[in-house]
Amino acid sequence: MKLIISSVSGEPIYEQIKNQIRASVLNGELKAGEALPSLRKLAKELRISVLTVTRAYNELADEGVVQNIQGKGTFVMDKGNELMRNQLESQARASLAEAVCAAKAVDIPLADLETMLAEEYQKDVAS
Amino acid sequence: MTTATDQSPMALSITGATKHYASGFTLDDITFDLPSGYIMGLIGPNGAGKSTLIKLILNMIHRDAGEIHVLGLDNIADEEIVKENLGVVFDSSYFIETWTVNKVEQAMAPMYLAWDHAAFDGYLTRFGLDRKKRVKELSRGMQMKLMLAVALSHDAKLLVLDEPTSGLDVLARDELMDILQNYIADGERSVLFSTHITADLERAADFITYITRGKLYFTGPKDEFEESFRLVKGGPDDLAPDVKGVAVGIHRYETGFDALVRAEDLGKIAGLKAGEGRHWTAPLTAEPASIDDIIRLTNTSDAAYAMEVA
Repeated sequence: MKLIISSVSGEPIYEQIKNQIRASVLNGELKAGEALPSLRKLAKELRISVLTVTRAYNELADEGVVQNIQGKGTFVMDKGNELMRNQLESQARASLAEAVCAAKAVDIPLADLETMLAEEYQKDVAS
Repeated sequence: MTTATDQSPMALSITGATKHYASGFTLDDITFDLPSGYIMGLIGPNGAGKSTLIKLILNMIHRDAGEIHVLGLDNIADEEIVKENLGVVFDSSYFIETWTVNKVEQAMAPMYLAWDHAAFDGYLTRFGLDRKKRVKELSRGMQMKLMLAVALSHDAKLLVLDEPTSGLDVLARDELMDILQNYIADGERSVLFSTHITADLERAADFITYITRGKLYFTGPKDEFEESFRLVKGGPDDLAPDVKGVAVGIHRYETGFDALVRAEDLGKIAGLKAGEGRHWTAPLTAEPASIDDIIRLTNTSDAAYAMEVA
């Protein structure tokens, strides 16, 4: 699994970890049942705080992307599970809301926005 | 936020620690815990009381009030066991200048029951320290590494470092952070690390304890510290009363201002009303605050003097 931390992106480090792990799970690179690196090992390798990794893993568990098993580690969940579905749905909606807000700010009509959406939808799965 | 910290015993527990100096400076009622297995950065401007606090932990100065426990043991009543379990690095070498590195080991080894000659030797090799060199012949960075080698060679459970990186170049600082992260990797050993070079802490520190003017301003997870503030920026004419009202500290310059605001107060600022992240339509912008921003703006002349524990 590839995990890269940027210190200039402005995005919090725990978000960067979450997004990259979530993306790896969604694109199938991380399979259901696979173990994530241990908290302390990942923190040491990325030279980041143990608490930052803990937070990323805990929030991914809340999203249903992974599962923490006490004393064993953190494991990837099945993609189809309901919790993850709901999370992704609300994420899609939130992103749409933001797109609408941006569009309204510069008076892009709904029809144009729909065209843009359709174009994006036809594209290959975003990396 | 996390359950991991709740289960660990405390590496360091400080309750109401107070020290008055005749000069008028008081380290006032400092209380915080450092759970085992983590790195805590102790930050604050010069003269805030960081070194005083470290001296209290090491029982080098008389404590006027409060309690300090290291690994659950009273730092005065159980001083010998506590010292056995503490590794210490100061900002300048505490060894006799004419000692050779070899003599440093001979002098330090008998002080510790658990002195590990092989470990010390390993660190000397790793750090490129020559046993025949005298302390005074070593560069500042090398002297720090020698203290670190001693601190790491007697199975200490808590490392206390007072400004270890001041005067070190980026390579030596990086190496130190690497060593500290390895040191805590087993989850049982911990580090308290005072510094004013906050770049060292931005990534690796788990907890931050921030003291200023002798008082505790914040203690808790580093992410929480950074997220509890935002930096609001605007032009010179945008400094409205609502911004002034909630700002913890303001820095004005000719073409604009930076105001440090608690994250929960952002909603009270009308100039941001187009919403965070969509601020191209609002006169003010709000962005994350770095540790340096927070220290800088909580110590301006505009900074609210009444400070409370966040």
